[in-house]
Amino acid sequence: MTTATATAMAAREAARPKLSLKDKYAVLTRDLGWDTTYQPMDKVFPHDKFEGIVIHDWNGWEDPFRLTMDAYWKFQSEKERKLYAIIDAFQQNNGQLNVSDARYVNALKLFLTGVSPLEYAAHRGFAMAGRSLRGVGARVACQMQSIDELRHCQTQIHTISHYNKFFNGFSDWRHLHDRLWYLSVPKSYFEDAMTAGPFEFITAISFSFEYVLTNLLFMPFMSGAAYNGDMATVTFGFSAQSDESRHMTLGLEVVKFMLEQDPANLPIIQKWIDKWFWRGYRLLTLVAMMMDYMCPKRVMSWKEAWEIYFEQNGGALFKDLARYGIRMPKYHEQAAKEKDHLSHIAWGIFYNFNHAAAIHTWVPEPNELDWLAQKYPDSFDQHYRPRFDYWKQQHDAGQRWTNPGLPMLCQICQIPMAFTEPDDPTQVCYRHAEHNGEHYHFCSDGCRDVFLGEPEKYVQSWLPVHQIFQGNCGGATLPEVLDWYHLKPEDRGDYADSQDRANWQRWTGHE
Amino acid sequence: MPVIALAPGYTGEVRDRVENFHGNQLVYFGWDQHRLFCSPFTLPLPPDMPFGALVDNVLVPLLGAHPEGAAIDWARVEWLRGDAPFTPDAQASLTDNGLGHKSLLRLRTPGLAGIGGSFN
Repeated sequence: MTTATATAMAAREAARPKLSLKDKYAVLTRDLGWDTTYQPMDKVFPHDKFEGIVIHDWNGWEDPFRLTMDAYWKFQSEKERKLYAIIDAFQQNNGQLNVSDARYVNALKLFLTGVSPLEYAAHRGFAMAGRSLRGVGARVACQMQSIDELRHCQTQIHTISHYNKFFNGFSDWRHLHDRLWYLSVPKSYFEDAMTAGPFEFITAISFSFEYVLTNLLFMPFMSGAAYNGDMATVTFGFSAQSDESRHMTLGLEVVKFMLEQDPANLPIIQKWIDKWFWRGYRLLTLVAMMMDYMCPKRVMSWKEAWEIYFEQNGGALFKDLARYGIRMPKYHEQAAKEKDHLSHIAWGIFYNFNHAAAIHTWVPEPNELDWLAQKYPDSFDQHYRPRFDYWKQQHDAGQRWTNPGLPMLCQICQIPMAFTEPDDPTQVCYRHAEHNGEHYHFCSDGCRDVFLGEPEKYVQSWLPVHQIFQGNCGGATLPEVLDWYHLKPEDRGDYADSQDRANWQRWTGHE
Repeated sequence: MPVIALAPGYTGEVRDRVENFHGNQLVYFGWDQHRLFCSPFTLPLPPDMPFGALVDNVLVPLLGAHPEGAAIDWARVEWLRGDAPFTPDAQASLTDNGLGHKSLLRLRTPGLAGIGGSFN
């Protein structure tokens, strides 16, 4: 090319008006899709009809952010540069020494080992949903979320990498996720969603989790991190938050889109909302425990968070959706009754089985027990303080109490059957169903309903305790199973007796 | 509908069928109103085990981890199979007592109200 031609082209280029945002969006999303002619569309997209969702016009899909791929790369790379600069600074300045107390790091262990593999699973799930949906607007939105989730997983791995140099329990997080009994709770939750069709997946993750429940994970947990001096996690939280708001909007958009397309979609969507509200709520049991027990400096109680982020904010959302015929998720009343008990029940599970967990537990300090009594005046002193008094007395006598057996698990949420009757906090709640002559047990009406909705799916649950007794987990004895989990002695057990605590005291001079 | 699946007539493999437990069956055992043990137990047991042997060799040592365990008067306890009260025959096997694979056995001990009467 001659210089003259190049100059002329540059001039023409400069003279051409830039595309408006709207046009650019159209070119970079809708223009990328086409109807196939060599093969029928139903063969190219075989997964977007079997769930029963009827879509008449994919052009009815509106992406409220109108984000295009070029802008995505630009924004995200800027954000990522800032985030990694802060993580670097945190590492170079030994930021881990500024957290409130090494007990706090156990909340991080649970979050990072439980959630990071879910971010990766979400990356895969949205890639699959994007491939499965034939509407191009939805596909582009799924593509971006898929990349978001991969980025989140990566940044969390960087955080794991740093904390792993100083604290136990992080070292084999990927391996633990596939094997450890309590990590089967988040793992099975996500696999349930990923093995559904694309519409259910996106309703489960984008709407029920990201829109309805994610504030309960992010807001209290990220403020908890800030209160407890963990700037690495706070920075990740802020960076992820702008993505989360896009994900939430996608979640709401997809539900409204389906509801507007055909009246036949309403009962299907309501069933999914009922199911995934309960599945997500049960998963948040772990968050309840982080808030009330694992953050040495507390932001708010689980009960307060539930009231603000679900009862008030979620209540407003469902009022808004009422015009589509959507009602509040089934069993939200039971969740409200459980708010006085959830975190205490959860901490009890981990205290019982701390010899087989990659986090430490402890009996809260006297002032922390008083905080719990003040936040839970209707339940704590009566139902939960006596067990802590007993456990402390046993531990002081050199006999740290542990559960001598293996627990019964709920077939659906896979959490030990520790939840109590909604109207009787002294008694474990048992629910049961029979399918093709086999017995199945559940922690709640919500989990039982999920099973009855699709029993052929959940007869296949990989329940960690049953797997041990089937001989699939390294052997018949506890040491063999712990070895198969890759749990080292220093990863588990009471915080008071831990290497983490001894190191922390040595590094900081703090108790 | 038993499942929403792409393939018509899809069925799942029952992962916990009794044949997978090497001659044992699972029995779930819970002590009502005693929540120090956070949840009921899962016990792998031979189906021909006499009920009395279950109590003496398995349940008594297990509940020994609870401060009230030693105070249980086993002659006066109440039993539930699932939700229904029943009177077990100590000489008869689990099977003959109606305790099949993945059945639920519950123990009630009136008069024992947990640590400090807190049902823990």
